[in-house]
Amino acid sequence: MKNSINNAFKIAKSENRPALISYTVCGDNTKDKSLQILNSMSEDLDIAEWGIPHNCPTADGKDIQNSSYRALQNGIRLSDIFSLVKKFKKTKPSKPIILMGYYQMIFNFGEKKFIQKCKASGVDGLIVVDLSFPDNKNFAKLCKKNSICFVQLIAPTTTVKRMKEIIKSSHEMIYMISTISTTGSALKYSIKRIIKNYNVIKRIKPSKNVVIGFGITEKTISNLRSADGLVVGSAICREITRSLKDRQNPVTNVSKLVRKLKNKII
Amino acid sequence: MIKLKKKTPLIDQHNKFGFYGNKFGGNYCAETMRKPIEDLSKLFEKLRKDRKFLKKRDHYFKHYLGGETPFFKLENLTKHLGGAQIWCKDVSAINGDAHKAYHATVNALICKESGKRYIAGDTGAGMFGKNLAMAAKKMNLKCKIFMGTKDISRQAPNVKFMRNAGAEVVPVNSGSKTLVDAVSECMRHYVSNCDNTHLAVGSAIGCNIFLKICAWSTSQISRELKKQLIKEFGEIPKLKLINVIGGGSSALGFWNEFIDYDKKHVELIGVEAKYAAPLSTNAKVAILHGAAQYCLTDKEGQIAETHSLSAGLDYPGSSPLHGLLKDSGRARYTNASDKEALAAFKLITKLEDIRPSLEPAHAWSECIRLAPKLKKSDVLVVNNCGKGYKDKKIYIEQLGYYPK
Repeated sequence: MKNSINNAFKIAKSENRPALISYTVCGDNTKDKSLQILNSMSEDLDIAEWGIPHNCPTADGKDIQNSSYRALQNGIRLSDIFSLVKKFKKTKPSKPIILMGYYQMIFNFGEKKFIQKCKASGVDGLIVVDLSFPDNKNFAKLCKKNSICFVQLIAPTTTVKRMKEIIKSSHEMIYMISTISTTGSALKYSIKRIIKNYNVIKRIKPSKNVVIGFGITEKTISNLRSADGLVVGSAICREITRSLKDRQNPVTNVSKLVRKLKNKII
Repeated sequence: MIKLKKKTPLIDQHNKFGFYGNKFGGNYCAETMRKPIEDLSKLFEKLRKDRKFLKKRDHYFKHYLGGETPFFKLENLTKHLGGAQIWCKDVSAINGDAHKAYHATVNALICKESGKRYIAGDTGAGMFGKNLAMAAKKMNLKCKIFMGTKDISRQAPNVKFMRNAGAEVVPVNSGSKTLVDAVSECMRHYVSNCDNTHLAVGSAIGCNIFLKICAWSTSQISRELKKQLIKEFGEIPKLKLINVIGGGSSALGFWNEFIDYDKKHVELIGVEAKYAAPLSTNAKVAILHGAAQYCLTDKEGQIAETHSLSAGLDYPGSSPLHGLLKDSGRARYTNASDKEALAAFKLITKLEDIRPSLEPAHAWSECIRLAPKLKKSDVLVVNNCGKGYKDKKIYIEQLGYYPK
């Protein structure tokens, strides 16, 4: 159980592939459906990220905005999210789950109370999109104290000097943003350039698990398989949107998509 | 209670993390934005000390925006209300029709200095959008304006102006389709294009550097007013400075030079729209658009929807600097309803020659409430920060006419 995020990377490495990480929004499109989606795709996942919906998401593209909107329309609350995580962990105790959201949701709830709730419900890690270094130092410490992995982000605009500082204060996983964009846009850079940025990070501290996210789709995923992990978010959210529009079952469609993604990296 | 520092400009009273009073502001933004805003901060700190740049700014303020805006007594209104003397700082007389002209022009100048060719901004009432479009055209920059679709339809004259000036108006259809969504979308645009685009945030909101640039630019208003007061009265008389608050950019400009005065000498009064009033209704502190501020939210922490006839005030948050002024007790905040603002417009335009837009009509409403309770020796100054033509249609719908 302990350090299940590290463990997930170890397993993937032993199978000579990147860890596959999903991002969906908790409560999209309903509470139950979002849990069903997570459960059904989790077999092919190494780590699951669950978004905490917020109605002012300044770093998300259209797809994740749509997912968040649906979840909020259906009345998702923070307390629901914690109980859904608990339910998920009951059936899949070794599958790491990371909550991802905007700082306002944590600030409003209270940092300490939030982390306690995370711990009690089995959350393994946290990504806070708009709480960047060095403003996140105290919060990251608080996470560590409670055995929760605080995932730092590194962007293409991050200088090497800053990168070093971020890596120094990071926990077992680092999230590299592939391209200057919000979530879900097309990759603006060549694969070569993205891998080059990735290698810069890895060279600073080879032991950290670095995952690449933003713009990862069925088309791009296999080209980036040399990374420690790859996050697919908007592409999955888009599939949920499409399924709902076509009156199909998002649960089966999403697990099919994730199976396909997995097949491209093994 | 937070204490203000004397002799330190309000915008500079933050700690190294960008917090005012350890509580308001900060830089809650995506990692991608960190480097660009750090670069912008460095550039701005350099430029505000650079004589050549200041000269350029002053040149633009004088020859492009038309120089000092008028300050005059409203004799008829004073007589009618029978209390304090009522004076008007008519910022709406500026080329560009609102205080946003200062801030838009400075942003375009900074963009030029940064070497970026694209500039993007948000707008609610369209005053910032229009002025940014004008400034961009003047300085040969490509301009994108983000505006909620509800505001595009209710502030049509300004939208037409922006398009004629060559700006691209990007309609924002998410959420409440108003300013809050326009700011979010504009920030997303910046996150995706920060390598070649300068972000001009439309009010004194956002990450630290954006609100600093804004309040620094609008402070031209109080520099002028101070001189004009001394010219009229020979000194700074006992004053009340009344200003409308949306994000709060005009008030910060109107008050800047008077912060160090005792509040019994120069009282600062901010007027919000009744259903978009985080400062005067004891809203909680929340993180919105990159900064901690007084902001309307629901219990879960989601940003609340607001309602105001005035597009420029229809915003759930407030400048972190107003949080500072509120918590330090330096300024006090109240609010006025749509109805009260309309009634104020009606009375003012019946008695005087000014035609305020819906935003300053809220400030006039507070002035009308307050004046009769005061003595003749009391001086009330209202910042008439926007011209009414943009709201002509709304005034006609609501009042049945628009005065000549």
